[in-house]
Amino acid sequence: MGSSDVAANRSLLRWVHKPAGRKTTSIPSRDLSFLLRMMNFDEQTLDASFAALEDEARRAAAWLASPEAVENFRLEWLGRKQGRLKQLGDAWLKTAPLEAKKTLGQRFNALKTLVEGLLEDAAGAGPSNEALAAEALDITLPGTRRLTGAEHPITRTMNELIGIFAGLGYSVGVGPEVETDFYNFESMNFPPGHPARDTQDTLVIAGQERRPLRDRLLLRTHTSPVQMRTMEQMAPPIRIVIPGKVHRNDAADATHSPVFHQVEGLCVDRNITFSDLKGTLDHAMKALFGSAVKTRFFPSFFPFTEPSADVQISCIFCAGKGCRKCKQSGWIELLGCGMVDPAVFAFAAEKQPAYDPKEISGFAFGMGVERIAMMKYGVSDIGQFYQGDVRFLDQFA
Amino acid sequence: MKILTKWLRQYLPTLTVDDATLAEDLTLRGIAVEGVFDLGAGNGSLFEMDITTNRVDAMNHYGVAREAATIYGLPLAPLGFPLPEAKDGAGFPVEIEATDACGRFTARVLRGVTIGPAGAGMLSSQMAGLFRLLEQKQISNAVDASNYAWLAMGQPTHTFDLDKLVGGIVVRRARKGETLKTLDGVERVLDPEDLIVADHVKPLALAGVMGGWESMITQETRNVLVEAAWFDPVAVRRTARRHGLHTDASHRFERGADFNAGPLASALVVSIILESGGEIEGELVDVQVAAQQARTAARQPVLLALKQVQRILGTTLEAEGITAAAVEGILSSLGCGLSADGEGQWQVTLPSWRLDLDREIDLIEEVARVYGYNRFANTLPAFAGAVRHLPHAEADGVLRATLRAAGFHEAISSTFCSAADAGLCAPQPGLVVPLGNPLSEEAGVMRASLVPGMVTMVAGNLNRDVADVRLFELGAVFSGSTEKVEERPALAIGLTGSVGQVGPHQAPRVLDFYDLKGVVEQIVARFQAKSVYFDTFPAEAGITPQWLHPYRSARVVVDGSTVGWLGQLHPRLAAERKMKAPVYMAELYAERLYRQALARPAVRELSRFQPVRRDFSLVLPPAAHWAQLDEVLGQTGIPELIDWRVREVAREGKAVAGLAAGEYSLLLGATFQATDRTLRDEELQAYSAAVLQAVSQVGGRLRA
Repeated sequence: MGSSDVAANRSLLRWVHKPAGRKTTSIPSRDLSFLLRMMNFDEQTLDASFAALEDEARRAAAWLASPEAVENFRLEWLGRKQGRLKQLGDAWLKTAPLEAKKTLGQRFNALKTLVEGLLEDAAGAGPSNEALAAEALDITLPGTRRLTGAEHPITRTMNELIGIFAGLGYSVGVGPEVETDFYNFESMNFPPGHPARDTQDTLVIAGQERRPLRDRLLLRTHTSPVQMRTMEQMAPPIRIVIPGKVHRNDAADATHSPVFHQVEGLCVDRNITFSDLKGTLDHAMKALFGSAVKTRFFPSFFPFTEPSADVQISCIFCAGKGCRKCKQSGWIELLGCGMVDPAVFAFAAEKQPAYDPKEISGFAFGMGVERIAMMKYGVSDIGQFYQGDVRFLDQFA
Repeated sequence: MKILTKWLRQYLPTLTVDDATLAEDLTLRGIAVEGVFDLGAGNGSLFEMDITTNRVDAMNHYGVAREAATIYGLPLAPLGFPLPEAKDGAGFPVEIEATDACGRFTARVLRGVTIGPAGAGMLSSQMAGLFRLLEQKQISNAVDASNYAWLAMGQPTHTFDLDKLVGGIVVRRARKGETLKTLDGVERVLDPEDLIVADHVKPLALAGVMGGWESMITQETRNVLVEAAWFDPVAVRRTARRHGLHTDASHRFERGADFNAGPLASALVVSIILESGGEIEGELVDVQVAAQQARTAARQPVLLALKQVQRILGTTLEAEGITAAAVEGILSSLGCGLSADGEGQWQVTLPSWRLDLDREIDLIEEVARVYGYNRFANTLPAFAGAVRHLPHAEADGVLRATLRAAGFHEAISSTFCSAADAGLCAPQPGLVVPLGNPLSEEAGVMRASLVPGMVTMVAGNLNRDVADVRLFELGAVFSGSTEKVEERPALAIGLTGSVGQVGPHQAPRVLDFYDLKGVVEQIVARFQAKSVYFDTFPAEAGITPQWLHPYRSARVVVDGSTVGWLGQLHPRLAAERKMKAPVYMAELYAERLYRQALARPAVRELSRFQPVRRDFSLVLPPAAHWAQLDEVLGQTGIPELIDWRVREVAREGKAVAGLAAGEYSLLLGATFQATDRTLRDEELQAYSAAVLQAVSQVGGRLRA
């Protein structure tokens, strides 16, 4: 007998399973050496012997915590060369009297089926809960986050507005940030000496003084020039929203910035009415701020619309009860709008005769994106939108 | 401006609503009351008004009272100031020389007046009471009278010391070299464009803006000339602007005064002054320019049709809608004259105080305004058209989404930069566009590149002790001349620091050039392209933009077109901004990238057969770059070589056994997979040999 045979015998005779992390004393150990000496093959002895073996297999299988342990269990019991079943078979079946071989074989097969079943269960059930407990985590530690970038609140607000108006059939229009006086002022019906044209209000490109007024280049002060650019290109009907950057010669403070953004809208068709303007903006404000928001319209004045209106929404902070944000009025002024002035249509009709103010009508509206974003997200200083401050932008991620 | 309800009620004897309701109703009709302040029992309220520039007629008590009368359909008390009999006299000669800029000039002579505190007469007492409520300081009877006329009717008037006037009044343009000391004590050199009131020898006042020092009323004044005139808005504005002045008078004239208000305002001023003594000499001198009258007080009637009112305004909440009676009631109460001109049409004469009205649409607006905007329904127009998308909207969205997914925040920076920064960063430094009235020197030109803005934003974060920065900006850059300016979309990316401590389970990783290159590669991969490569140029070639580290930067070329640059910010620039950590920055010419179509997913069949990975530990000569190795591997022509990549690179500073000087080692991972079979060992050996053959083309070998 080689040394491996000795080891196998030892394990066969004095087999004690040692599950990981467990003290061996907690496992019942049995001296099974009687098995080899068993020469009595009567039913009673066989029952007792096989019951002991089955019991042992069950106990061992209960502690199979890892795939390695399962494999060891398989080798221990079913190994082709040194498995205990093999050895038991060799030891007993060969020595058993002929009349006992049949009943012995049946019991032997039953034991094998049991071990195979235990093995299958162990492989399927995976490690036991006791074994898994050793792998416990502190789930209260923070998770690992994959940092994603934030949409700029201005982009986010503009996209939200574009989406709302897309639902009403509005396409998106854009235009240049450096505009001519014609598109920014003249075609928007600003009279020749209007104060907005002054360099105190409007940023201009250098060296324009000698050019004809309408050709002079300036930084557009509103997105309205895109109204005219669109109408020149396209006969009615028109429905566009115009997001964009605009500039004014303003000193920066908490609510003013020389650079800011607007979303303009234009709807032109036959029979577009003031009540359509009201309905459209009422819908848009409810979509933007929630269906509980109310709107109300006040007469106002813009050169390019008539009648003109300012729109207030019921205060979104106090639901109209009156608070510091709405100066106790319950209302917040949010945008300007009106029916397109016939003089604007007259400019458009120079290139597109279909803009005959006797036949068609339309409305336009414009809103400050920063103001809406400040309200929606509680931003108190408009300058924060243009500083690229990661601490500010993180809050939109 | 401030309005007293007590004063308003003098003109509205039948008004019964309380002040709060009045404020609300005025506001809803466009005569905005911003604040209501209770002045105590019997004193009514003070309204703080915010009236739009087109409604200058309502910037006084009588104008607001007229609005209230219209809203409630009440009678408005007429204004009238009966004057005592004038003693004989010729009046004072008045000539309007600048007939393009002065439409009307009235002058009245008073003799023997007493200039001092306002008297105790009925008008003076009433005035004193109202001024006290307004907290309007009383100065002297003449000044107070002018202020009273202004507050009551919005008509500016002026009082001259008659004894300082020589010859007669001439309203004319100033002559070159003339000077005038104005009431504010400033000696002004007049411009030949300035509109002035002069006598026969000297300028007396900046017309419609401010009176002159020399002819002003003093306690010694005994004889006065009261002026109430109409000046052209543009002429007054230009004069006021030239002299940096903005007065109550210029405010009103610039926005269009009432051509017909002069005589009445003059009578009011005169009545108050006379309550302290004195008498009128001669009749009112009233010189008018017919052409100016024709374009103001005597404008042509406007044709208004009810069906146009309804076509523009649409649906009302009340079923009745806007009726002919409503139109007539509203417009006539506002001072219009309506005469029927066929069924549902009127010829409408326009009030002299409403120069903002001269078209049908203006009258429609008045109807809507007074009817009440909030009495119109909310309707939605039908529309059968389709929503069209902008050509670059999708590409913009793809750029933003790709960068956000890679952990970059979107930022927006100024449209301007300094000329120095533009010179450094502009792709074409000769085409930088300067501003005529820049906000500051730092914002002197239109940004020609997004890099200066990105540098400022990254530096700002570092200054605020935010060490980990990943930002991008998508916006327009400008080039051209002062004649023509081109705008193009560009994309800037900036990063520094590490992928911040995202949790206690991973150490932060410092970002480097390859993080920037990786995101640029990801962006470029979102577009279809036949070829994409990165190359670099030695410093002396002068090709790399100056803002980049010449040896840690690269150009990105897509289908033969340069679409941008990326790399480490030049250490000199970083030091100027006191940035210690390396900063990486890219600028992509989005406009060029957008010429490529967006990549569309096209799925290839996935193989059912096992892939085989082979690693090759290579030694490469110093000059062999990955791009060369990549290229020769691509040329092996083995369809089963489905992927190859660098797994590790080690360029040791010191000598390493088995490597000649400068040589470096590279671990190449190659994956082989066939679509139709499991690869056999002989095949794999042949492929490996082919890979090594390719490696040898760039001077590399298998490490021993």
